[in-house]
Amino acid sequence: MSVMRVIADADKVKSLSDELCRSIAQGLSPKSGQPWALVGLRSRGDLLAQRLAKTLKPEHVGSIDITLYRDDLSEIGSQPLVRTTEIDFAIDGLNVVLVDDVLMTGRSIRAAMQSLIDLGRPRRVWLAVLVDRGGRELPISPDFAALDLTGKSRRNAVGEDELVEVYLEPADPCDAIVVRNRTEQGNAIP
Amino acid sequence: MSRPDDDYRWPHKHLLGLEDLTPADLRHILRTARGLEDVSTRSVKKVPALRGKVVVNLFFEDSTRTRASFHLAASRLSADVLEFSAKGSSVAKGETLRDTARNIEAMGIDAIVVRHQQSGAPHQLARSVQCSVINAGDGQHEHPTQGLLDIYTVARRLGRDDFDLTGITVAIVGDIAHSRVARSNVHGLRKLGAGVVLVGPTTLLPRGFADMGCELSHDLDEVLPRVDVVNMLRVQFERLQSQAFPSVREYSRFFGLTVKRMEKAKREVIVMHPGPINRGIEVESAVADGPNSAVLAQVANGLAVRMAALYLTTGVNAGVNTGGNA
Repeated sequence: MSVMRVIADADKVKSLSDELCRSIAQGLSPKSGQPWALVGLRSRGDLLAQRLAKTLKPEHVGSIDITLYRDDLSEIGSQPLVRTTEIDFAIDGLNVVLVDDVLMTGRSIRAAMQSLIDLGRPRRVWLAVLVDRGGRELPISPDFAALDLTGKSRRNAVGEDELVEVYLEPADPCDAIVVRNRTEQGNAIP
Repeated sequence: MSRPDDDYRWPHKHLLGLEDLTPADLRHILRTARGLEDVSTRSVKKVPALRGKVVVNLFFEDSTRTRASFHLAASRLSADVLEFSAKGSSVAKGETLRDTARNIEAMGIDAIVVRHQQSGAPHQLARSVQCSVINAGDGQHEHPTQGLLDIYTVARRLGRDDFDLTGITVAIVGDIAHSRVARSNVHGLRKLGAGVVLVGPTTLLPRGFADMGCELSHDLDEVLPRVDVVNMLRVQFERLQSQAFPSVREYSRFFGLTVKRMEKAKREVIVMHPGPINRGIEVESAVADGPNSAVLAQVANGLAVRMAALYLTTGVNAGVNTGGNA
């Protein structure tokens, strides 16, 4: 049986993404007037970025596929599907907020930064995530995180053997944040 | 994982022919090529995916563009490329294919891209080495990356983003009997749902292709009005010793794609040619350079498709898949 707990339902996901919007708006206010972009990591970060964009209305919204920049390509069994990177605006001199669903090791973010820099020279890059679950393997920390599961508060802590997943419509049947055992290969979606 | 978009895994260590692939395999390699296409249009035309890997171009037959395309594809993925020609090498001194390959492999190679005049040579190679083998054309058998790039070009031009070609009809015109391009195209197109009409002189049109679900015709003028794509094969002067081939003038008159003949075709028909073109023989210059021509798109797409082939085949190993938050 799959050991899985739902730590946020659709309403909670909504309030968390609203909170993320507020903190991004606040964090970027010293730069107000300068053009900026939300860039989501495929695929859940991309969906999240599109949602945030509806409220925040940045000049540009893009998505980035980090597959070709992963540092574990030679270790995984078979290559994951390469998707398109869709950034149809000039990165040079732009303020960019990278958006991802879950931050853990920081390796995806490192890959995303390298990918971004291959496209141009951004003026400044921030990192916004819905969930920071701890477990960093690189010196990377989020500028904006809506839900902190790093263990500072005992109630929220997740174990090293647990996996935090964010489900977002329309890629998933409903919005939710779940914690499941890493060894489980279940197919159930709440 | 529970997410629907990642349950397919590319299972092949080698790319020897499209005959061996399933429709899901074909769609996956084409979708991968789509993801890789944009690398070539950015300011930094390189990604680190195959950093530290070594690819060998092992060509026993003359080739300029396929070889260059594979070389550039490997470079764009950050692999190192070793060029190896049969001419002036130990092969000329009598070394066997297997010995050549195993000696090259001993240098620590991850993939061999091989072209050989003998049908089946890449398959033999794949059995004798540990690394990946990609067929860049073997005799009259297959040329899988050419087949893939032709299909990719058609799908992109027609907006078939899912690489499902149901309802599309493709004519392949010329020396079908000796063409590895035709064979790879037929396998790939049929698996993705396209209809195929093979057009050529009786002597160069083996009836066996009818068993693969192809329509056979000797009349280009009759076929032209009802097809969406016309793929003109190159007349391979170097491969023609037989009397099966009519005179070049006669061939051109019956099977050449001229401006006049194009009037019979659909307005949006896609004209393709694997290159190099014998202008005025297979395709008239005004057609080759005209709005219907996808010849240059084929070359650009060839790069993306070959990147996909290298990326996917070199990724298959005995390792275990470790998913999760990264």
